[in-house]
Amino acid sequence: MIVARTGNEAMAEAMRQINPDVVAAYPITPATEVVQLFSKFVHDGDVDTEFVPAESEHSAISACVGASAAGARVMTSTASQGLALMHEILFIAAGLRVPIVICLVNRSLSSPINIHCDHSDTLASRDSGWLQIYTENAQEAYDTTIQLVKVAEQALLPGIVSTDAFIISHGMERVELVDDNEVPKFLGERKLNYSLLDVDNPVTLGALDLQDFFFEHKRSEIDAMDHVLPIIERVQKEYGDKFGRYYSTVDEYKMDDAEVVIIAMGSTGGTAKVAVERLREKGKKVGLVRARVYRPFPKDAMLKAVTKAKVIGIMDRADTLSTLGGHLYNDVRSILYDTATRPLLKNYIYGLGGRDISIEEIEAIYDELFNIKKSGKVDKNIVYYGVRGE
Amino acid sequence: MALLEIRWHGRGGQGAKTAALLFGDAAVETGKYIQAFPEYGPERMGAPVFAFNRISDEPILQHCGIKTPQIVVVLDTTLMETVDVTEGLPKDGVVLVNTQKNAGEIKQELKLTTQKVYVVDASKISKDILKRDLPNTPMLGALIKASKLLDFKAMLESVKHRLEHKFPNRPDVVDGNIKAIKRAYEEVGE
Repeated sequence: MIVARTGNEAMAEAMRQINPDVVAAYPITPATEVVQLFSKFVHDGDVDTEFVPAESEHSAISACVGASAAGARVMTSTASQGLALMHEILFIAAGLRVPIVICLVNRSLSSPINIHCDHSDTLASRDSGWLQIYTENAQEAYDTTIQLVKVAEQALLPGIVSTDAFIISHGMERVELVDDNEVPKFLGERKLNYSLLDVDNPVTLGALDLQDFFFEHKRSEIDAMDHVLPIIERVQKEYGDKFGRYYSTVDEYKMDDAEVVIIAMGSTGGTAKVAVERLREKGKKVGLVRARVYRPFPKDAMLKAVTKAKVIGIMDRADTLSTLGGHLYNDVRSILYDTATRPLLKNYIYGLGGRDISIEEIEAIYDELFNIKKSGKVDKNIVYYGVRGE
Repeated sequence: MALLEIRWHGRGGQGAKTAALLFGDAAVETGKYIQAFPEYGPERMGAPVFAFNRISDEPILQHCGIKTPQIVVVLDTTLMETVDVTEGLPKDGVVLVNTQKNAGEIKQELKLTTQKVYVVDASKISKDILKRDLPNTPMLGALIKASKLLDFKAMLESVKHRLEHKFPNRPDVVDGNIKAIKRAYEEVGE
């Protein structure tokens, strides 16, 4: 069915079709609508979900952990400060291997207080052991929400699927929905190795784990992250074969012969694709790579995509405040260290607090990257793009 | 159809965002690709607000703001005193204004030479039919007439469907809006 939906509506529709056993949530701008619409589905009897309107995000995610450990299919939604308040429990969820899925809207973290898009919220939770997938548009947010439930349950890892605040969350687009009855079929029942509610086979969860075994348990969690990419790739393919929309961990656009490349995440990927189109019309060999799956980092796919590039501009919609530039820049820089022909890299921190990035600005970045290709050197590795006083 | 961009000017509470969403919804139902989004600032009742549409036969990839719309819709002429409503409008652009004045007067006020101006008294239509000054839905009818972007009947069906969903117990609101859209479609002038 083809409909017009905002990103939030699309994610809420996916949640309705997934029909989770438990949703515990606390609404926050700009993800409020996801929870609000879902609570209406609960009220109207469209889903069988046990809906827990919690008193804070910390409580919401804590309820999610308990429910997921008991064997339920569990989802929630949040943004920005909400995710920050969940931070403590994020690590617990990942360590306990409970496959919760968060439908998240990327909004900048305070301060200064702001409700608009950047990726500082999820990137601050980068090392919590959650899968992270950044989507480009409402369609992808919808499709990925369904995919991620399956991936999380197979990998026994929790995951975040995110959209850009307002740009996608509140922007209406054409979205193609899967038939209601196809989604439960695609997902199947959650398979349990054990459950807290199985009193005949009791298990202990969350016990104190000191010098004797903590490291082994942590190592097994890391091992799970090491093995999740093939699961994501398999689920993406299954989804494509069934519903016709294929995704890859790394979204490549006009990369076959591209010499000058931009890597970006989220909705900017789409805007950059239009810039690529325009420059290709002028005969310039440019390409775009969108880091769709960000955690775990799809190292091999990313290397395969960019090693032929001469110059790469990496666009980060957040800063690490470490003086080393953005998160994506550091990841890409790191994986290129062992390659024989290291391309020249430049980091563009842009769009913080929702500042718009236009097609023309991205074209100008490509122009600058061509100048770097010509001169063979990068004068300044990290720049703040579109900010006053630079 | 190549990509076309629309900017809606209104005041908080006049329904610029709703109009953009209703237009987007209708366009999707007639097989188009669309985007509909407001500009979220510190909006409050009466403050100048913006909403936007993109419409195309092809998938729309860009997610940046709209700076050079081909069509501008003005829900409130008092905005013309403080906001540059024709900013970025190309030479062959179209302006549609909710006003009692005629197109020539508006053209002069906005200092336009090459662009086309359409006018309709959407506020009067709304007050006559809905007993309230809500110019957004009638302006949809005027926009379809002026732009010929969508099939009028299909648009009416879509808006009706959406309003029925939004106001399940208020058939009077649904019928009133449809009537207002039809009248604005008839009355819009160049």
